[in-house]
Amino acid sequence: MFWRRRQQREHDLDRELRAHLELEAEEQGDANAARRTLGNQTRIKEDVRSAWGWTTIEQLCSDIRFALRVLRSSPAFTVVALSSLALGIGANTAIFELVNAVRLRNLPVPNPQQLVRIQIRGGNRGMGISGDESQLTYPLFLQIRDHQQAFSGVLAWSSGGGSFLVGEGVQSRRIPGVLVSGDFFPTLHVSPAAGRLFTPDDDHKACAAPGVVLGYRYWQRDFGGRQSAIGRRLIVEGHPFEIVGIAPANFSGLEVGKSFDLAMPLCARGSVLPKWQADPSRTDVYWLAIFGRLRAGWTATQASQHLQAISRPLMEATLPVGYTTFQVERYRSRTLDAISAENGISSLRGEYDTPLSLLLGITALVLLIACSNVANLMLARATARGREFAMRVALGAPRIRLIRQTLCEGLLLASGGALLGLALSRILSDSLSRFLGTETNPLFLDLSLDAHVLAFTASMAITVCVLFGVMPALRASAAEPMAAMKTGGRGLTAGRERFSFQRLLVVFQIAVSLVLLVGALLFVRSFRNLATLNPGFRERGIVLASFDVSRLNLDLPGSRNFERRFLSEIRSIPQVETAAATTMALMGDGVWSLIFEAGSAREDARVAWVSPGHFDLLDIPILSGRDFNATDTENSPKVAIINQKFARRFFGNANPIGRTFRSRPEPNYPAAEYQVIGVVHDTKYFDLRQPAPAIVYAPSSQDPTPDSYWCEFYIRSQAPPTAVIANIRRRVAASHPGITPGFRVFQTQIEEGLMRERLMALLSGFFGGLAALLAVIGLYGVIAYIVERRRNEIGVRIALGARPFTVIATVMKDAAALGATGLAIGAGCSLVLARATASLLFGLSPRDPLTLIAAAGLLAAAIAVGSYLPARRASRLDPLTALRPE
Amino acid sequence: MTDESSDRIQLMQGTLDMLILRTLVFGPAHGHQIAKHIQRTTNDLLQVEHGSLYPALHRLERKGWIAAKWEPAGKDLKREFKYYRLTPAGKKQLIAEESKWKQLVGAIARVIEPAEEG
Repeated sequence: MFWRRRQQREHDLDRELRAHLELEAEEQGDANAARRTLGNQTRIKEDVRSAWGWTTIEQLCSDIRFALRVLRSSPAFTVVALSSLALGIGANTAIFELVNAVRLRNLPVPNPQQLVRIQIRGGNRGMGISGDESQLTYPLFLQIRDHQQAFSGVLAWSSGGGSFLVGEGVQSRRIPGVLVSGDFFPTLHVSPAAGRLFTPDDDHKACAAPGVVLGYRYWQRDFGGRQSAIGRRLIVEGHPFEIVGIAPANFSGLEVGKSFDLAMPLCARGSVLPKWQADPSRTDVYWLAIFGRLRAGWTATQASQHLQAISRPLMEATLPVGYTTFQVERYRSRTLDAISAENGISSLRGEYDTPLSLLLGITALVLLIACSNVANLMLARATARGREFAMRVALGAPRIRLIRQTLCEGLLLASGGALLGLALSRILSDSLSRFLGTETNPLFLDLSLDAHVLAFTASMAITVCVLFGVMPALRASAAEPMAAMKTGGRGLTAGRERFSFQRLLVVFQIAVSLVLLVGALLFVRSFRNLATLNPGFRERGIVLASFDVSRLNLDLPGSRNFERRFLSEIRSIPQVETAAATTMALMGDGVWSLIFEAGSAREDARVAWVSPGHFDLLDIPILSGRDFNATDTENSPKVAIINQKFARRFFGNANPIGRTFRSRPEPNYPAAEYQVIGVVHDTKYFDLRQPAPAIVYAPSSQDPTPDSYWCEFYIRSQAPPTAVIANIRRRVAASHPGITPGFRVFQTQIEEGLMRERLMALLSGFFGGLAALLAVIGLYGVIAYIVERRRNEIGVRIALGARPFTVIATVMKDAAALGATGLAIGAGCSLVLARATASLLFGLSPRDPLTLIAAAGLLAAAIAVGSYLPARRASRLDPLTALRPE
Repeated sequence: MTDESSDRIQLMQGTLDMLILRTLVFGPAHGHQIAKHIQRTTNDLLQVEHGSLYPALHRLERKGWIAAKWEPAGKDLKREFKYYRLTPAGKKQLIAEESKWKQLVGAIARVIEPAEEG
C-alpha cells in the first residue's frame, strides 16, 4: 500500500519534471539549455521528497538496507545468530501451539462463549458405569433438556472417543464415531460441508432408517470428497445407515484431541452399542457429555444457579435402581452445575497441563540462553566495529542514528529468527502431537496458525530483539571518536569493564543451563524408574485380544459357554502358548470396582472375573491357596482369589484362606458372598504411578452378567506379536466369520501409559542438552575473545619465558571463575525451581542431590572443554607475531 | 552565471510561496507556466530557480493551500500537465501573507525613505 503510493508519487514527479523540460526545450530550442535552467534534478527530487515528509521512513529503509548488507557481509555470525534464535523461538512456539490447541483455542462454532457444560456438581464420584466424572446418564439428559429455561438448546453426545465397526466381513474397520442428540448440530449452529446435518427429527424413538453424518476428513479420505457419497449406505456394526451429510472441515467435535469420522443420532444406539449402554432407562450408565447454549443475557453463573434450583425433581426422576438406600440418598442430594466450555472439553488438560506449562518454561529458558549468545556475539562485533562507529560519529552521525542502526540489525535478526522459528515450530508441534497419539488412541489437534500463535511469536521476536539488541546498540553509540581512532583497535590490554557485561551473560547462561540440565536429569531418571519398575506381572510376550462377538447374538448362559469353548480353541492355535480370559485387562482402558464388606471393613476394591490359568499366564505368584479350576462352576459356591493388599485390608494379619466377604449390590451385580480360596501377590492395576490397589479375582464361570459383546483374552506366546496376531486372525476368520478380533500388544499398551513421562524425558533432555551446548559455545566465544584481546600481554608473558601450562592455567582460571559462579547460582535456582516438577516425578525427590551433582559435573566438564580450546591456542601463540606492531 | 545573476535580485526566504499563490489567483497553472509567469511579471528581475519551484509546489500541496490534477493542455489533448489551483485555505493564506508583506514593505520604506513620509 505504502509502496504503491510512494511509487505513484515518484512517477508523477518524474513526469512533471519531464513535461517542464520539454516545454522549456521547445521555448529555448535546446534541450541542454533547458536542463541547465532547471538545475540539478537529483537535488530537486530530494528536496521534493523531503517536502513529502517521508524522511523518517526512508531513513528506516536505508537502515534496514544497510543492516542487511552488514549481515550479509558476515555470514557466519548471521547463520549462528539466526539458527540459535530460530531454534529458541521455534521450540517456544511449538510448545505454545500445543498449549493453544489443548487449552486456549475456541470451539470452531459461532458464539462459542455461549456454550457451557452441564454436569453434576463435583462430578459423579464413581457412581455407576462411567467414562469420566463429568458424564451424565440418558434419562438425566432428557430431564434437563425438558425442564431447563437457561439455554436455547441442550445437546448430548457420547464423549470419551468410541469407535464403531464399519463395513462388512474382512473389509470391516473400526472407525472413531460419536452418537449425538438431535439438537447437537442445530444448537451448535454448525452448517454442513455437503448434504445436511441432523435435526431433532432424526433423533426419534422409532429411529427407522437412521442417518449418519460423516466427518470431513473421513469423507475426503474414503469417499474422495465426492458429492455422490450423500445418500449412500454405510454398514455400521452390521446395521445399514444412510449418509445424509458431511460435517464442515474445521469441525471435529467438541472434544479437544479427539475427532469423529461418524456421527449417528442417539436413537440409533440400540444398533451400535452394547445392550446395557443402549438401554434408555438405565440411570446408572454415565456416558453422555451434555452442553447447553446460554440464552441471550444469561451467564454461566446464572445458568448454574438455575440448574441447582431445579436439580431436586430431576434427580428424583432419575434415581438409580439396584443400589443400597445410602447410595440412592446420596444421588438424590446431588445438584447440577454449568461450567463455561467455550474451548470444549478434553481429557488432555488434566494430564498435560503441568507438563506443557513446564515445557513452555523450559523452552523460554532455552530462548534466554540463545538470546544471551546472540547478545554476546553482537557485543563482540560492536567492539570490533568500534572503529567504524567512531568514524561515523566523527563524520557527524547522530548517536541516535547509530543506536537505530544497531537495533535495526537486531530487529532483522529477531524477525528472521521468528519467521524461521515459526516454520520450525510447525514441524515440531506436528511431530509432537503425532508422538503423543497412539494407534489405539490417536490424537487429533488443530494446530493451524491462529491469532494467538502469531501474537505469541511476534511478542517473542520483540522480546528477543530488546533482550539482545539494546545493550550492543548502547555500546555502539558510546563510541568515542578520538579514543577509537587513536588506539586503532589494538590496545595493550583491554579494559576489564568492557567485558563485564559479557561475563555476566556467560554466568547467567551457565546458571540457566544447569537448571535445565537438572530438570532434564530428573525427568529422565523418573522415566527410567517407571520403565524399569516391576509391576508384579509379566509384560513381555503377551497379546491382548478383544473379540467382538456381538453378532453371534448370544444369550446369557450361551455367552458363558461360548467363552469357555472359544478360549480352548484359541489355546489350540499353534504358536499360542497359553491364553486366559478376563473381564478387565490390567493396565487397560478402565477401572472396575465394587464395594466389599468383611466384618467391620467396608471398602471398594478392583474386581475382575478371570479364567483358570490367568495368574500362571501373567506370572503372578499364588502365595497361598489354589487357582480357579474346573470345579468352580456356575452352581458351586462363589469363590475368590484376593491380592495381599485386599487380605491386609479386610482380614488383617489372619490367614484369609477359607474366610468370606460380601459384595454390595449394583445393577446386574447383586450382593453376593465369596469364599477366599487363594492369595496372589500385589500388582499394579491401571496406572504404574499408583501403588497396587486391593483386587478381587473371581472365576469367569461365576460372572453374574457375562458379556455377550466382548471376549477379552490374554494370549501368551514366544513368537513375535505380529506373527501370532496374523495367525489368530486367520484362524478366527476361518472358523467364526461373525467375530471381529482386535489386538493390542500388552507391553506397548503399558509403555503408552508412560507417554507423558517419555515426552518429558525426551524433550527436557533435548532442551537441557541444547542449553548446555549453547552455554558452552557462549563461554568459548567470550574466552576466545578475551584471549584475542590479551594477545599482546600473553605474547609478552611467553616471550619472558612463561610455559604453555602457565598460560593455559591463567586463561582457564578465568573461565573456571565464571563457571563456578554460574554453577553455584544455577544450583541454588534449581533447588528452588525443581519443586515445580514434583507432581511429575516418580520415585525420586525434586531435590535429589545425586541428580544435582551429576548435572553440575556434566556441565563443569563441558565448561572445561569449552575453555581449554581457546586456552591451548593462547599457549601456542608465537610471541613474535603477537608483538609485531601493525 | 555570475554576471547573469548580478543584476537580478535573489528571492527572499518564504516569498516564493506567496508569489506562487498569487500567480494561481488568475487560474490553474502548471509548474512551467508558474515559473514563466513570475519571470515575466517581474520583467525577469526576480530570479526564480526552476529547481526550487517544485519543492515549494509540493510543500504547498501538502499544506493543503493548493491542489493538483493531471489534465491535458488546452488544445493538445495528448499532452498532460500537472495543473495546480488555489484552494480556499490557500486564498486565506495568500491574504494573510500579502497583508504581512505590505506591512513589512511599508516598515522598510519608512526606514529607507523617511523624508518622503514626513
